[in-house]
Formats: sequence, C-alpha cells, structure tokens
Amino acid sequence: MAGLHKSDLPNPVLNWIDSRLPIITMMQKEYGVFPTPRNFNYFWNFGALAMVTLVIMIVTGIFLAMNYQPNTGLAFDSVQHIMRDVNYGWLIRYVHQNGASMFFVVTYVHIFRGLYYGSYKAPRELLWMLGVVILLLMMATAFMGYVLPWGQMSYWGATVITNLFSAFPWIGPKIVTLLWGGFSVDQPTLNRFFSLHYLLPFVLIGVVFLHVAALHIVGSNNPLGIEPQGPQDTLPFHPYYTSKDSVGVCVFLIVWAAFVFFAPNMLGDPNNFIPANPLQTPADIVPEWYFLPYYAILRSVPNKLLGVCFMFGSLLVLFVLPWLDTSRVRSARFRPTYRKLILLLVLSFLVLGYCGAHKPEGIYVILSRVAALYYFAHFLVILPILGKLERPLPLPESITQAVTGRPIEAVITGRPLESH
Amino acid sequence: MRTPRSLLAAFLMVGGLLALPAAAQDESPTPPSQNWSFDGIFGTPDLASAQRGFQVYSEVCSNCHAMHEMHYRDLTALGFTDAEVTAIASTFTVPQGTDDSGQPKEGPATPADQFRSPFPNEKAARAALNGALPPDLSLIINARPDGANYVYGILTGYAQPPADFKLQDGMNYDAYFPGHQIAMPQPLTDGRVTFTDGTPDTLSQEARDVVTFLYWTSNPETAERKAMGVRVILFLILLTGVTYAVKRKIWSDVH
Repeated sequence: MAGLHKSDLPNPVLNWIDSRLPIITMMQKEYGVFPTPRNFNYFWNFGALAMVTLVIMIVTGIFLAMNYQPNTGLAFDSVQHIMRDVNYGWLIRYVHQNGASMFFVVTYVHIFRGLYYGSYKAPRELLWMLGVVILLLMMATAFMGYVLPWGQMSYWGATVITNLFSAFPWIGPKIVTLLWGGFSVDQPTLNRFFSLHYLLPFVLIGVVFLHVAALHIVGSNNPLGIEPQGPQDTLPFHPYYTSKDSVGVCVFLIVWAAFVFFAPNMLGDPNNFIPANPLQTPADIVPEWYFLPYYAILRSVPNKLLGVCFMFGSLLVLFVLPWLDTSRVRSARFRPTYRKLILLLVLSFLVLGYCGAHKPEGIYVILSRVAALYYFAHFLVILPILGKLERPLPLPESITQAVTGRPIEAVITGRPLESH
Repeated sequence: MRTPRSLLAAFLMVGGLLALPAAAQDESPTPPSQNWSFDGIFGTPDLASAQRGFQVYSEVCSNCHAMHEMHYRDLTALGFTDAEVTAIASTFTVPQGTDDSGQPKEGPATPADQFRSPFPNEKAARAALNGALPPDLSLIINARPDGANYVYGILTGYAQPPADFKLQDGMNYDAYFPGHQIAMPQPLTDGRVTFTDGTPDTLSQEARDVVTFLYWTSNPETAERKAMGVRVILFLILLTGVTYAVKRKIWSDVH
C-alpha cells in the first residue's frame, strides 16, 4: 500500500479528500503555483480562449442535441423548432453556430503564436504534434456539425468533401461508402455524423488534456524563446496569468457576443436556409470560411488525387515541422529573415482563403497556385535551409534581464522588482 | 460572392424544372438598398408594418406560397391578442388527422396549427402552376443574399421587357430577378390589398410591409435578440474594465 497523501490543507473535509485523492494538491501545483514565464504577451491568451470555447461548445451542443432530430425528414425543421419554440433556443444555437467560427479564429491565432515564437521546437515537439491532432479533430467535428442542419450547403458540402476520398485508388470508393453508410449522402450519413459530432468533442477533451499535460512537463515557451533560468524568470500561474487570461476571455466574449446578437448569420451561407434537396445542386458549393484555404489548395491542383494529397499534406506537414525547421533559435524576434517569411506564410494562407471563396477561374487559379506553392515551399524548402543560412540576433542572457533591462546579478541578489 | 449566389437564387426560384437558357442567367442586377425598420444594431421589425404584411401574405402570397415553419400562435408576437389570433386561425381550414372512420378530416385551424399550406405537396403545386414550385416563404429573407432588398426588388421590379428581350411562354419580365424571367405573375399592384388600418395601398407600401413581415418570420427573435445583445455587450465591457483593473493591480508588483 502506498499510503495516504500527506495533505496540509487546513479544512478537515478537504484534507480528508485530498489525502485520499490529491486532486486539490494537483490543481494547486498545476494551476496555482505553476511556474510560468513572466514575459507572456497577449498572444499567450489564445490557448485559454480555445479551452473556454471548447467548454461553451460542448455545453450548448448538449442542449441543442436535446431538441435536434438526426433524421433527413425532420432535421431542418427541428433546427427551426429550436430557433422558434425552444426557450432561448435561438440564443443557444447562435452561440454554438458562431462558436465554431470563434473556435477556428482563436485556434489559428494560437497556431500562429506557436509558429512565430518557435513553440514547436525541442523539447516541445510532442506538445506541438498533439496540437495538430487537436486541429484535425476540430476540423472533422466542425465539418460534421455543419451537415446536421441539413440545409442545401450541409448536404452538398458533405457530398463534395466525402467524395474527395474517392480519389484514392482502389480503397477510395470503399472509404466513401463507409462514410456514407450507403451509396449517397442520406439518412445513415446524417445519423452517423450526428453520433460522431457528439463523440469527437469528448475525444478532443482527452487530447487537450494530453496537450496540457505535455505543456506542464516541458513548461511554456515565451516571446523570447529562451528557457527560464530560475524563479526570478517565472511567476505563479495564479493570480498572474489567471487574471491576464480573464481579461482576454472578456474581450473575446465581446467579439463572440457581437456576432451572436447582431450578425448571427454573417458567417453563414444563405443556401443553408433552404432544406437539403438531392435533386438540385447549388451553382457554387463553398465550405465554411475556416476551410477555404485548404479548399483553395485542393482546387489549385488540376489532378483530383494530387489535389487531395496536397490538401491533406498542407496539414500533415505540420506534424514534421519540428524537424523541418533547422534553426536552434525559437523566437522570430531574433530571426530577422524568418520574421519576414512567417508573415509571408500568413499572407499566403489569407490569399488561399480569399481564392477559396471564388470560382477557380482566371486570376484566382494563378493566385491560389502561387500562394499554395509558397505555403509548401515555406515548410519544405525554406525552413530547412534558412536555419543554416540565417544569422540570428544575439539572444538575451535571461528573461528577467530582457524584461527589466538590468543585469541578472542585480535581480538575483534580491533587489525588489518594482523598484524601477 | 454575389454573382454565384444570385445565379443560385435564380436556379432555385424557377424550381429547376423550367429550363432557362444558360445565357439568360448571366445577368444578375443588384436591387437597390431600402431603409428597413430592422436594420442596424437597434432596429426591430415595425410591428404595424408586419401586421399589414401578414394581411398581404394572407390575401395574396398564401394562394401559392406555404410557410410551414410558422404557427398561428406565433402571431401574438406581432401584437395580435390571443382572441384575435384564435379568430384569424379559425378562418383557415386545415387537415386535422383522421375521423373515427379513418378518413382524412379537415376543420378550422386553431392557434396551435401551422399556417395553412396552399398545396398538399410539391407535385400538386407543380401540377397546378405550370410546373413551377413556389418556395416556402418562412425563411425566404435569410435564404437569399441581401434577402430583404432582393424580395422587395422582385416584387417591385415587374416591367415590360425590352424590345429585344425574348420572353418564354408563361414567363414574366422582372428587372431584378436574375435572368429577368420569372414564373410568378406580378403578385402586387397598386390597390391589390385594402389595408384595414387605412394605410395607402400603393405597390411600394404593400411590398415594404410584406418584406417586413417576411423578415420577422425569418428572424422572429430579432427584437429580443438585439435588446439582450445591447445589455450583454454593455455588461461585458464593464466586466472587461473591472477585470483589467484587477489584472493591473495584481501585476503592479511585477512591472
């Protein structure tokens, strides 16, 4: 027997619990005193924002599922029933619907943060890779969620995206049949998408737990990209970063609420207010905005199989990013060339998104090809070479020295921090 | 984005059954923007206008267009009393399941009933209307890009076709319908509806009122949503301020 945990909580009830299941000690260690670099900027809010969004999505989703019917004949009207008859159903649904967009906004910023400050580099490779798994799970969940209202764009989006798998030789058509549960997008498809849309967020919670667990082993990166060298470089997570994250959450909720209350359908497509009709293909099938860059990559390649490979490849390349980037310097602050090129990568992603919303004709084809070319070249060619060629700026000795501008000795010898 | 969506709108409005020449779909004029009571952060549908719009729908549109997401009870939100809603509902005859011998039964609607559908199903509609299928209007404003201006444009856009325009048999010319050929004959004209509240019965008034009504049926929660939104945002701004002050105080010993 390992014996009881030696809890020092003064409250006898909490002490009794903590001695047998040291969950309070754990929370205190991981979220209370957890040493966190003192120099985070507001980019470091976005992980917490994504966490808050996931929780809100699950809570609203559970209430939506209480009134939703995963049946091709009833789904569309059951969503309208939620909007019109269920108490505050419109609020719950609009929070959930716009929440998907908010989730991708904060996740994309979170990923940009990781790219800009080199958060994927040793020893945080696994932390980063778990993050890519989270992104893939999010995309699958969002895609299946968009199918559930069973509007025109739900139906035709599902048809187009699932059909992509048919590009793979031999196994492709079998995968598609498996996804559909039949020979077209129909009742079995809707039913299994609903089941998986309910399941995957809980898988997400599991992977997020691993993501956070890995983070708490290696510790957070920071805007300087150098490791904390001692207590003078860190602050306890609470109250410093709980308070800073709270500010970010409040601002984020304002943006979210602005969409929910004043432009709830701005990010949606009017076609999804028309019930799904398998006999009538919309003139232009467009995915939700957060998929547009990948959609543009898909359509920039004239061959279907290659297009699908490039589309998936644009995500899978992120898995090996820690080994593609050969520079030992993490933060773009000290990498003058990388600092410009990472913005070029963002630009190429935005251009791809812009092109994805337009028919692949004329200038949009050329633009999306150039942007897609840069996207892949950035990861596969530039990053491996740049690490060897680039001459990084000198790194600061320590976080504290960089933040306070004082030599490290003065800080360690105990002069109070607020003296300047 | 506008062009493909308008093309799609054209495609859907003719129900996909009336094959239009592809070239005719290329034109998609943008209807002019009107001022609407429900525009902006504080705008909510003008209830008097929406009530008149309901009259327009009942007397004109409902002869062909269903609104199966709507129930008569919903009309209380337009300012009708319970007694008025019961009276309105009872003027419509709707299917009421089966009688004791198993035969389909009909009777006067109650407030709990869906709006009466003009046709029992799609085939009946197409058979009666030369193959055209009038779309359900419950969500029409949301289901078209810039829906309110679009529907207003269609309703007020009927005109004589230009001399060189080839109009197909049974079709009508409309300045704002994509492709200009619409199966629906001009539904609203000056004097088509006599408003019970004495409002002038011009075409533009009828169109404006029915669009306001249709906006409300597409977004019945608008007034509640926007009122709540103002309070939620004000609260969140306050909360942000307090939270930021707390954060500053906590961080004051660090920098």
